[in-house]
Amino acid sequence: MFEIVRKQEMAKGTIIRFDIAAPKIAQKILAGQFVILRVNETGERIPITVADVDKFGGTITIIFQVVGKTTALLRSLDAGHFIKDVVGPLGKPAHVEKVGTVIAIGGGTGIAILHHVVKAMKDAGNFVISIIGAREKDMLILQDEMNLISDELVIMTDDGSFGQRGFVTDPLKKYIQERSDIKLVYAIGPIIMMKNVCKITDKANLKTMVSLNPVMIDGTGMCGGCRVKVAGRTQFCCVDGPDFIGHDVDFDELEKRNSMYLKQEKDSLLFSIR
Amino acid sequence: MLDYDVKYLKFKTYLNTYCPHCHNSFNVKQKDHDVIAFKAKYKNQDMDLKLSPYLDVFEVESSVPIEQDDVLEDLICPSCKKSIIDHNRPCEECGSQSAQVIISAYSKLIPFFICLKYGCEWHGLTKADERTIKLKIPRQEMPEQDQKLRVQNFMEVPYGLTTELALLEAGRCLQCKTPKCVDGCPVNIDIPTFVRLITEEKFDEAAKKIRERNILPAVCGRVCPQEDQCESKCVLGLRDNPVAIGNLERFVADYERKMDLVKIPAIKKIPNKRVAIVGSGPGGLTCAADLTLLGYSVTIFEALHQAGGVLVYGIPEFRLPKSIVDAEIEYLKKMGCKLELNSIIGNLYTVDELLENFNAVYIGVGAGLPQFMNIEGENLNNVFSANEYLTRINLMKAYRFPEYDTPKPIGNRVAVIGGGNVAMDCARTSLRCGASEVTIIYRRSRKELPAREEEVVHAEQEGIKFKLLTNPVRYIGNDINWVKGVECVSMQLGEPDESGRRRPIPIEGSNFVYDCDMVLVAIGNGPNPVIFNTAPDLERNKWGYIKVDPDTMRTSKEFVYGGGDIVTGSATVIQAMGAGRTAANAIHKKLMGEN
Repeated sequence: MFEIVRKQEMAKGTIIRFDIAAPKIAQKILAGQFVILRVNETGERIPITVADVDKFGGTITIIFQVVGKTTALLRSLDAGHFIKDVVGPLGKPAHVEKVGTVIAIGGGTGIAILHHVVKAMKDAGNFVISIIGAREKDMLILQDEMNLISDELVIMTDDGSFGQRGFVTDPLKKYIQERSDIKLVYAIGPIIMMKNVCKITDKANLKTMVSLNPVMIDGTGMCGGCRVKVAGRTQFCCVDGPDFIGHDVDFDELEKRNSMYLKQEKDSLLFSIR
Repeated sequence: MLDYDVKYLKFKTYLNTYCPHCHNSFNVKQKDHDVIAFKAKYKNQDMDLKLSPYLDVFEVESSVPIEQDDVLEDLICPSCKKSIIDHNRPCEECGSQSAQVIISAYSKLIPFFICLKYGCEWHGLTKADERTIKLKIPRQEMPEQDQKLRVQNFMEVPYGLTTELALLEAGRCLQCKTPKCVDGCPVNIDIPTFVRLITEEKFDEAAKKIRERNILPAVCGRVCPQEDQCESKCVLGLRDNPVAIGNLERFVADYERKMDLVKIPAIKKIPNKRVAIVGSGPGGLTCAADLTLLGYSVTIFEALHQAGGVLVYGIPEFRLPKSIVDAEIEYLKKMGCKLELNSIIGNLYTVDELLENFNAVYIGVGAGLPQFMNIEGENLNNVFSANEYLTRINLMKAYRFPEYDTPKPIGNRVAVIGGGNVAMDCARTSLRCGASEVTIIYRRSRKELPAREEEVVHAEQEGIKFKLLTNPVRYIGNDINWVKGVECVSMQLGEPDESGRRRPIPIEGSNFVYDCDMVLVAIGNGPNPVIFNTAPDLERNKWGYIKVDPDTMRTSKEFVYGGGDIVTGSATVIQAMGAGRTAANAIHKKLMGEN
């Protein structure tokens, strides 16, 4: 049993932040790694990448958008409540080293994962330019935290209600034209966003890392549900990832695979409402 | 209805009983049942004596009451008036005189003896006749759930032996002086003794006998391939069918569990000796149990949220009910074994970190990395590894979706690739999840199917189709990336390969498409890399499995032992248990030698 120490609702209650007491995991987990949690006895196992960690307090931070049955169930929990199982750290940590200038791009809840990576990048001595985006002002998360750890921060919203109007790819293009010292791009967010970022950086021949979130059960390489095609070879996201070189990833296949259970997810949600 | 009913030597029978001299029947019909009537002499008086039809107690109906421990003076055939007392064969229990009657069994007349002391229940056959009768009892089949009904539920298929069937089956055992079956058992259970205890109706002692060597009897009785192990060595198998040792083991274990007879043994602790077990599968559990019994403080680390390893995520509910695994693990916990769930060794702790806190480490993480054939279309939607499909259904209980949250994959026409036990499990599971047609695609012929015969028969009974000598070439998807068919090629068998089985060779131009909307790939597993991430100094063989010394299961690292599938590649539950036991003994020797 893992206690929820703190709960914070963001983005009009559609995005939730939990600090979970998991001292053993907190000692070990690194940026880019994820945990799998199961809310209760009948729950499913869902992978969530960790947004932050407090080694001294022994907590890990997860931030998730409410999209289905399990995330809705999680939202119904409050500080002081318990989550049945949390297992981790899983996956390979983000490869962090001093490369110079890094552009970190985050969209939606991807910003949460990006936050952990940017922190590590910054600690390694990189100059980090962060570009974060959301649909509208209210949906944007962690802008203060990102501001604190980034050397430059650009905020984009689709409708222009905050920061600049447009997509995260717009300032990326600008930076690529203006700066020649960019060594690495880190893009974490919706599949379509990562795909578009990769299209741009591919032309500019810029190394780009993405973090994938396919369907998973055990997270230890046992089920193979998280298969992704990377550079023409099938990889298991849980043990070979979740970070891959973006230009090698078959995003179309990933998107289709992630839609495998849309019907069941709907059924499950309807069942729980009834 | 059988015309005999054997309880080892105690013959309970409705057999016809005849006079040894005139061969007239002693059986008299009375109301609803037969009684056996004689003329008897007792205290110099003639009287009628009736024996119960079970031939095990005298039910006296006479004017003269017979007293306890009195011996009848004579027993006389009412037809020929001759005495049927046999002076050459006194009772083996009390030494009193006995009478001989002739019984018919298996269309053979056999002499049968009854002690004439009132109250003594001895009666018997000569050794040779006993053997004849035993050899005539056919192997008892377990009653099973109806074929049509069972594909609609997840309840266990065989019901297990009833007490009567178990007694009959146990009665078949010849109690060999040098039993070969024990050699066939990877953990050397004292099979003849436990079978004898069954015939004596001492089921609790039989259970204790098994537990001396095997801590998971209810599991092994169900999933061990006995036909390749103990039962393959049974001498009865040479001329007929071997004793159903597995079914008897299951009977005893179920009896023990249902009667709540499982006792926690007293354990003398060895202070400050701690052993870590990585993985709670059958091998890890055995190693943990043995070391706990020896007095070590044992902690088991399990990556999933439930202990049991392949027993809970792999083997389906209808073959091994999860409540049985839970009961066995509960037993371990009561013995004092600690269980740390959600702990992935390699990620949460490294093997070296374990060695800082524990005196020895046993690695039994299994072979859990699903293999694919690397053919086109394997990443299409609704193409699953057997591991994923079974984990969803078994561990996550997706068959009870939406009551349980894990989505249940939906398939109407299912193709299962492979011919092992896992393939059979997949096929039978998908049938129970609502598929209308399930086909197993296997590249060799039926004879080479690696699955247990019992599993193949069950699958066939349930209507699973077999496309043998067939191999998939690619999977075909529809426009939204869901699988809609599998292109196969027919095979023929060539020369035997290094495994001794004939190598399958594709027949060119024989390609055809099998329409399906779900594919389950069950072609085996490789070693899971997670534990090696942080223990690169663990030596591995060319297939990537851990290298160990087969006598001690010691790895290249001191105080680190390994066993089960992570050493041998995919094998059986009992083999992993055997490895766990070997390792436990070696760890004990090693840690005691230190002092």
